[in-house]
Amino acid sequence: MGELSIASRTFHSRLFLGTGGFRSHEMLQAALKVSRAEICTVALRRLDPAARGSILDVLKSAGVQILPNTAGCYTARDAVITAQLAREAFETDWVKLEVIGDDRTLLPDAPELLVAAEELVDDGFVVLPYTTDDPVLARRLEDIGCAAVMPLGSPIGSGMGIRNPYNVSIMVERAGVPVVLDAGVGTASDAALAMELGCDAVLCASAISRAEDPVAMARAIKLAVEAGWLARGAGRIPRRTYAEASTPDEGAAVFDHPR
Amino acid sequence: MIITVNGEERELPAGATVAVLADQLLAPARGVAIAVDGEVVPRGEWPGTPLEDGARVEVVVAVQGG
Repeated sequence: MGELSIASRTFHSRLFLGTGGFRSHEMLQAALKVSRAEICTVALRRLDPAARGSILDVLKSAGVQILPNTAGCYTARDAVITAQLAREAFETDWVKLEVIGDDRTLLPDAPELLVAAEELVDDGFVVLPYTTDDPVLARRLEDIGCAAVMPLGSPIGSGMGIRNPYNVSIMVERAGVPVVLDAGVGTASDAALAMELGCDAVLCASAISRAEDPVAMARAIKLAVEAGWLARGAGRIPRRTYAEASTPDEGAAVFDHPR
Repeated sequence: MIITVNGEERELPAGATVAVLADQLLAPARGVAIAVDGEVVPRGEWPGTPLEDGARVEVVVAVQGG
């Protein structure tokens, strides 16, 4: 697979691993190894004095790019402060910007997202916004200076796949920055479809972490991302309503049937 | 003085700095960040930043997510 470039960093993997939902750090470590992901999300939460071991140790030993998220933020202000805390805690200016508008669907709040993205870009962050599958919003985020756009396929953790592949295709067609399908992947075929539609990468958390066998699913999705990328490059045949024979008619034997 | 740390009240000697609080909380050596009244205090400024009575402090670390 060709290299993926985001904000002047290059990656060999086109699968981002979200770390939410793994039953243990050991399980995360095993799935991460198999996935070959080079970018992993983390979240920030209040210090729990009883917590043992840090996810940072797992990620640092794997040498991945840490991508802090602003999960749980409902306003631009909260998301900006959370991103600033993450920069301080993890010594990275990368941020997966999430500004949520509704606690049932966890869909992004577009106006707040734009405000937060603009402020963070101005503050020197490499902003990767989690967005709806809206090509116009994606364009706005790109114009602001976001380093990539991360449209949802369907709501976070829903496993409903890509509900509007046409919108994702339009985003890809118009985007001047990488498009990373984020949210909604339920199984390997969803990840392959994202890549076939022309996405530059796929972010998976729940699909892997909450699978019955997360390590096996990590491998399946890794291969699906590669297969989808290769298929995209290979150029699929057009869809048609009626059959087009793959075997020529010419030269077919003629049989006289007795009446 | 009384301050609020991660939503819970806590008593600290008057003039205690952010660094003193971090020590008390056994904050890890890295991967931690602190905001006081909604403003991030960079680690290098913890020793020189005194807390004021009534301050609202958030102390956060990395967890699985996203």
